[in-house]
Amino acid sequence: MAVADFEPVIGLEVHAQLLTRSKIFCGCSTQFGAPPNTQVCPVCLGLPGALPALNSGAVEMAIKAGKAFGCRIAERSIWARKNYFYPDLPKGYQISQYELPICSGGAVPVPGLGRIGLERIHLEEDAGKNIHAEGGSEVDLNRSGVPLIEIVGKPELRSAEEASEYLKALRLSLIYLGINDGNLEEGSFRCDANVSVRRKGESKLGTRVELKNINSFRFVRQAIEYEIARQVELIEGGGKVLQETRLFDNEKGVTRAMRSKEEAHDYRYFPEPDLPPLLVSRELLDSVTVPKLPQEVVEALTAAGVSAADARTIVGDPRLVEVHRRIGGDAKRAALFVVGELARAVNEKEADLGALKFDPALVPAVWKLQDSGAISSTAAKEVLAELIRTGEAPEKIVERKGLAQVSDTAALEVVVDAVIARTPAEVEKYKAGKTNLLGFFVGQAMKELKGKGNPGALNALFKKKLG
Amino acid sequence: MKTDLLPLSQISDALASGGVSPQALLEASLARIRAVDGKLHAFLRLTENEAHAAAKAAAQRRANRKPAGPLDGIPIALKDIYCMEGVETTCGSKILRGYVPPYDATVVRKLKQAGAVIVGKLNMDEFAMGSSTENSAYGPTMNPWDLSRTPGGSSGGSAAAVAARLVAGAFGTDTGGSIRQPAAMVGCVGMKPTYGRVSRYGVIAFASSLDQVGPFAQDVRGVAYLLSAVAGHDENDQTSSRRPVPDYAAALGRDVRGLRLGVPREYFGEGVAPEVEHAVRAGIERLRGLGCEVRDISLPNSPHAIATYYIVATAEASSNLARYDGVRYGYRARAGQLLEMYEKTRAEGFGAEVKRRIMLGTYALSAGYYDAYYLRAQKVRTLIRRDFDQAFATVDAVVSPTSPTTAFRLGEKLDDPLAMYLSDVYTVPVNLAGLPGISVPCGFDSKGLPVGLQLIGKPFDEETLLRMARAAEPAEHRLPPIVEDR
Repeated sequence: MAVADFEPVIGLEVHAQLLTRSKIFCGCSTQFGAPPNTQVCPVCLGLPGALPALNSGAVEMAIKAGKAFGCRIAERSIWARKNYFYPDLPKGYQISQYELPICSGGAVPVPGLGRIGLERIHLEEDAGKNIHAEGGSEVDLNRSGVPLIEIVGKPELRSAEEASEYLKALRLSLIYLGINDGNLEEGSFRCDANVSVRRKGESKLGTRVELKNINSFRFVRQAIEYEIARQVELIEGGGKVLQETRLFDNEKGVTRAMRSKEEAHDYRYFPEPDLPPLLVSRELLDSVTVPKLPQEVVEALTAAGVSAADARTIVGDPRLVEVHRRIGGDAKRAALFVVGELARAVNEKEADLGALKFDPALVPAVWKLQDSGAISSTAAKEVLAELIRTGEAPEKIVERKGLAQVSDTAALEVVVDAVIARTPAEVEKYKAGKTNLLGFFVGQAMKELKGKGNPGALNALFKKKLG
Repeated sequence: MKTDLLPLSQISDALASGGVSPQALLEASLARIRAVDGKLHAFLRLTENEAHAAAKAAAQRRANRKPAGPLDGIPIALKDIYCMEGVETTCGSKILRGYVPPYDATVVRKLKQAGAVIVGKLNMDEFAMGSSTENSAYGPTMNPWDLSRTPGGSSGGSAAAVAARLVAGAFGTDTGGSIRQPAAMVGCVGMKPTYGRVSRYGVIAFASSLDQVGPFAQDVRGVAYLLSAVAGHDENDQTSSRRPVPDYAAALGRDVRGLRLGVPREYFGEGVAPEVEHAVRAGIERLRGLGCEVRDISLPNSPHAIATYYIVATAEASSNLARYDGVRYGYRARAGQLLEMYEKTRAEGFGAEVKRRIMLGTYALSAGYYDAYYLRAQKVRTLIRRDFDQAFATVDAVVSPTSPTTAFRLGEKLDDPLAMYLSDVYTVPVNLAGLPGISVPCGFDSKGLPVGLQLIGKPFDEETLLRMARAAEPAEHRLPPIVEDR
C-alpha cells in the first residue's frame, strides 16, 4: 500500500473557550444554553459607538495555559482586528492577536509521544452562531465575545492516532488548569487540522490542507485518515495537492473542498486601536499559579504505589483525582477504592461525581474498622457502598446494619468450647491428622455467631484448643 | 442683549443669579430654532420632551440652590454621532436611518448629570467624513454668516447652531479637524482635547485612534465648562486616560505673560489665503502684546500629514464601518442571497465619500500593500508626533491658522475631494499627534467671514491652551446676520 511510503505531517489549531463568568470585552454572562440573544449588550452586539473593555480574568487564564506549557509570556502583546463579513460576527471583525501574541513557544506533554511543540497561544473573542432554520437563517449572539485561546501546535504529529492523542492530552490539561470544560459537543473545545504528506525521507513539507468541522475525537481520526489517503492517492496518481480549506462531512466520512487559496479571506489584520497594548506585569505573572498537569499527576500517583493502569484511570477525570486526594492515607488502597467501589457506584448511577453525597475523608475510617477486625472485609465493602450512597458516618452504618463482628476472645471461647463439646467425632478425626476439618469447626462457630465472628480469631482459638 | 444671545458662561452667570430660568432659555432656544433652522438646517431632530423635563429638573435644583454645576439648565445640542438612549441616531447616514440606540454615550450621561438641557441632534457629514457637512445624507447645513456657504465640517451642524445662537453650546467630534475647522468657519470657539481626555464610548467611530469628543461655545470659558463636564477616565473606554481632570475654568484666571508661543513656518505662507494669514498674525501680535514670547519653530513632517491621515483614518474606518451590514440594525436592502444583501445594503446605504474612504482603507490594509501604506503611514505618524515633542521642549503652545481659507461656497469643493481634504491641512497633524487643539475667532475677512486661529498644546495640557485661547478671543462677540432679533 502506497500510504506506507509517505509520512503525514499534521499540526492542530485548537480553539478553547475560557471558563470566565463574563465575556472577554463586556460584562455579559458566558453561560451556555440560554435562550438566543439574552446574554448580550451593546458591546457584544457590536452596536454603533460601543467599545471593548478587557476582562482581566481571561488574560490570567491565558497566562495559566502559557505557564503550564512552558511558553514565553509576552510582557507586552497587542490586539489585532481580523476583518471579515459574516452574520455571526457583529462588528465585521474579530478582536484577536496577530503579530504579538501573549504566549509563544512551549509544548504539550502527551503520554507516549513526549512533548509536542507549540507555535503560540493567543487570546481572542468568539463569534456568535448562525442557526439555519426553516424560512431563513437566524443569528444567536450569546456566544459573541466569549473568551477563547487559540492554541497553535507545531506540525510535529505524524499520524491521525498521534493527533488524537495530542488532542486528548491537551484537552485534559486545559481541564486540569480549570480554564476550559473540554466539551467538544457544545463547541467549547474546537479543533482544525493542517495536514500534508511527503515521501518518506524527504525533508521538504508537502502542500498543506486545512480541515475544518472536526468536532469529536473520532472525527479527528477519521478526517485526518481520509485526508492522508486522499493526498497520497492524488500524488501517486500524478496529481498535486492544492492548498485549500476542506470541510469534514461526518456523515459520509469524507473531506470536501470549501475554499481554495485564491478564495481565501484577506483578513486585513491591523492593530486594534480601541485597546491599549496588553501588558503583563511581573506581579501578575507570579500571581498566576499552575496546578499539576495530568502527566505529572500520573507520575506522582505511580510513585506513591498506585498501579499505572489505575493512575491513568483516575487522572482521566480530575474529579477522581480530587476524590483520591481527599481520601488521603494509603494511596494505593485509596486508588483501589476510587476505581473499584466508587467507579461501580457511578456506573450504577448511585453516585454523581459532580455532586458527591459523602466525604471521601471518611473512607480510611472504614479501613480502620476492617483492619482492627471490628468488621469483616465483606462488611467493609458493604459499609463503603453505603457510605457512597448516603454519606452516613461509617460507625453509624456498621451499627445500623449490625455489621460489627465478634473479636472478643472470651465471648468467642464460649462458642468454641460448645462446638468442641458437641462434635466429639470430628474432634477425634482432627486430632488424628485430618486438619482440614478446621474450616468445619469455624463454620459451626460462625453459624452460632450468626456470621459475625471474627474468622481469624476463631481459627486461632480452634487451633490452640485442638492442638 | 437678550440673555440667550450671550456667550455660554454669561448665560451660566445669569442662571446662577436667577436672572433667567432654564425653561425660559429652552423656550428661547426652541423659538429660535423654529424661526431660522428652516434656512440653516443645523438640526436633524429635536428632543423637546426630554429637554422640557431636563429644564424643569434644572429649575428645581436651581430653586433649591443645589445646581449640578455651571451647565445646569443650559440648552445644548449634540452632533448626531452621540448615542442617546431612545433617540434616533443616524450619524448623518441613510444606513442608520431609524436606528434608536438602547444606551447613552458616556458623554451624554455626564452631560445629563451636569444638568445640561439637550435640545436635539445636529447635522454632520456622514460618519464624520467631510469638511463641509455636505456629505450628510439628510442635506447640507448652511453657514449662519452667509447661507450660500458651508459651515465647514464634519461637525457643521454643531458649529452653525452655536454661531446662530440656537443653543449656548454643542458637542462635536474631531478626527482630523471636524470641530476646529467648522468653529473657524462660523466664528465660535471649538476645542479638540487630547486623545484619551474624553471617553469615546457611545460615540459612533470613524477612526478610533484619531476620534476625539469636544465642545463648541461662543466663549472660551463656556468651552471650559463643557469640557470639565465630560472629561475623565471611563471604564468603558480603555483608551481614556486616568489622569485627574483639572478645573479648566479656574485656569482661565491666570494671564499668559511669559508663555512661549511657537509659530511653525510650515503652517504659513503658501496655500493660506492672505486675509486668513493676516488675521492670524494679528492674533499672534495680540498675544505677544499680552506678554507671550513668540518664537519661530519648524514642524518639518507636518506637510505629510494629509497623506498619512488618509491612510490611517480610512484604514480604521474601513474596519469600523464593517458592522453596517444590514444584519442587525439600520438599513437593509432587499436581496435573495447573503452576499447580495451585504453588497446592496452597503451600496445603497452609504454615500459616495464614505464608500471612497472604505475602499481606500480596505486597499491600504490589503495583503501585499499593508507595509507600503498602513505601516509606512504609522511611521510617518510617529515622525509628526516627534516634531511636536521637540517643539514643546522650547514652547508651551503652537499657533497656526485653523484652516487655510474662510468658509467656502456650497458645492465649491464637492467634486474635488483633494481640495476638500486640504481644508484640514493644519488641523490633521494635531489628531495624528493626539494633541489638544482649539480654534478661536481672530477676525474677519473682507467678505465678512470669520477667521479662526488654532492653538495646539502639549498632551493633557488643556489648561495652558484654554488660558491662551482666553487671551486671544475677541472681547466682543459679533452676531451673524441670521440672528435678526437682538
